[in-house]
Amino acid sequence: MLNYSLRRLAWAFPTLLLLITVAFFMIRVAPGGPFDSEKNLPAEIEQNLNAKYHLDEPLVQQYFRYLGQILRFDFGPSFQYRDWTVNQLIAKGFPVSLSIGALAMLLSFTLGTGIGTIAALRQNSILDHGLMGFAMLGISIPNFVIAPLLILVISVYMGWLPSGGWEWHWRNMVLPVITLAMPVTAYIARLMRGSMIEVLHSDFIRTARAKGLSEITVIRRHAMKPALLPVISFMGPALAGLITGSVVIEKIFAIPGIGSFFVQGAMNRDYTLVMGVVIFYGALIILFNFLVDLIYAWLNPRIHYK
Amino acid sequence: MNGIKDQAIEVDPDRGASAGMDAFSQALDVPHVKGRSLWEDARHRLLKNRAAVFSLGLLLLMLVTVIVGPWLIPWDADFTDWDNIYSAPSFASGHFFGTDAVGRDLFVRTLLGGRVSLLVGMVATLVSLLIGVTYGAIAGFFGGRIDQVMMRIVDIFYAMPFMFFVILLMVVFGRNIILVFVAIGAINWLDMARIVRGQTLSLKSTEYVEAAVACGATPFDIIRRHILPNLMGVVIVYITLTIPQVILVESFLSFLGLGVQEPMTSWGALVNDGAQDMESAPWMLIYPAIFLSVTLYCLNYVGDGLRDALDPRDRI
Repeated sequence: MLNYSLRRLAWAFPTLLLLITVAFFMIRVAPGGPFDSEKNLPAEIEQNLNAKYHLDEPLVQQYFRYLGQILRFDFGPSFQYRDWTVNQLIAKGFPVSLSIGALAMLLSFTLGTGIGTIAALRQNSILDHGLMGFAMLGISIPNFVIAPLLILVISVYMGWLPSGGWEWHWRNMVLPVITLAMPVTAYIARLMRGSMIEVLHSDFIRTARAKGLSEITVIRRHAMKPALLPVISFMGPALAGLITGSVVIEKIFAIPGIGSFFVQGAMNRDYTLVMGVVIFYGALIILFNFLVDLIYAWLNPRIHYK
Repeated sequence: MNGIKDQAIEVDPDRGASAGMDAFSQALDVPHVKGRSLWEDARHRLLKNRAAVFSLGLLLLMLVTVIVGPWLIPWDADFTDWDNIYSAPSFASGHFFGTDAVGRDLFVRTLLGGRVSLLVGMVATLVSLLIGVTYGAIAGFFGGRIDQVMMRIVDIFYAMPFMFFVILLMVVFGRNIILVFVAIGAINWLDMARIVRGQTLSLKSTEYVEAAVACGATPFDIIRRHILPNLMGVVIVYITLTIPQVILVESFLSFLGLGVQEPMTSWGALVNDGAQDMESAPWMLIYPAIFLSVTLYCLNYVGDGLRDALDPRDRI
């Protein structure tokens, strides 16, 4: 097991290196620099600025300098938000993004597996078709369509919840979390239904029923764990989906998380900030995938760690 | 099978399969029995799936409306109707979907946006198809070390936050529509590559390919008769499922203001415009949102139906 984990972890490094390299060079081949927008900057001052940020060095040297910085977890200064480093911005936005993302993840996992199980138990009934039709709706309607509609109905017409903004209060979290969780919930529900149906047709379930266990015990003790495996392995892509979704959700609900910094940074060509967010989230996804792999291997008795 | 006469079916070996069918239909006491190909089976299964058939019909209707519609509507997409700025949908003014902030007819803009969204969907899917099928087929066909290395690369790509790269691309290289096509296509080929590779690998070791080899069929014949038709099913299914994904990505980018630029528009861009004015002019949000959602919904249902029809192993 330890061997297996270490090998999985070893693969994370080339992945991360590729991520950083692509992000770095993609930004650097772009025309223009971070100080181009300054009005009539005297040549000496621009030189000083470039020297301060080491922009006058050869590109390869800058690349290795940046790698060195990242090894020390330093993403450098933000070019747009003066007086802020990218680290500070991420530290400021991440708790907000994390709380919404984690809640959405939790909601979609419990709701998705629940709906999937119910649909599987009532396969081909009206309930099943209804739930799956609803899940298809969740997959098909993009969350940037659902979010404004929810705001329009629940906040503007009904006035039940705030339409945006951020305080650490549940009222500000309900709509963003629901919108963010919707597509992931739908996907998990479909996945869970499929795998649960498959598991329910297997021999060990027949055995469990034959020895007289109640249906609930059969599901809980025997069917649940193997049926959850595909859902577990979907959690990695689910996180990536949640992060992508949060970019839009944070923009719509005016939430000061990392996603909104990213969009702002992209618009303002704040290259260090954009790169910092890409690398930070990329690393997060890689780390999470690694954890999911471990959990999967641990849950699945059929995997033998080589 | 109560119509079968109690007799042995005699087949003239020189006439092969069709003679066997004739003998079989005689034995069944019916005039003619025709063999059904796998494709006919699949079509039959698809037609029995009412949700898929309905979605397919709706999709075709959408396609025709989007293509033909803009020519039939009296308004130009960039014509400003000064008497009807920000006006709600009404038959009296002739703006069935209302107008936007600069008095442009929303109906014609929604249809034009649909053209762009669907075009992006198809072109980008084609890009991902080309890359994915080539990559997957090479990996699956050669197998061994080459396959291992190529799939490792795919694994690494899988862990990348691609959406962010696309946004980065848009920011760095400016916003042009060709780039949208290529960028979206280039991020969506991974699934296709994996599936085609797996399929090729398993097809290579099937008994009928082995039998074909034993019969002395040339590799070209094997690929044409056995590999390609069997790949076609999964590829078609994934094309149908990739198109809505791609449309979603494009509208996501346009929603962030990074995709299609004015005066061109797409459903995502229209939803973005609508979301900003939704309190005073909800129709600007609702109509494009409905068009986008219905299209994605139908595409997903058709994709599901096709998967059930063409890939019946997964059905339980």
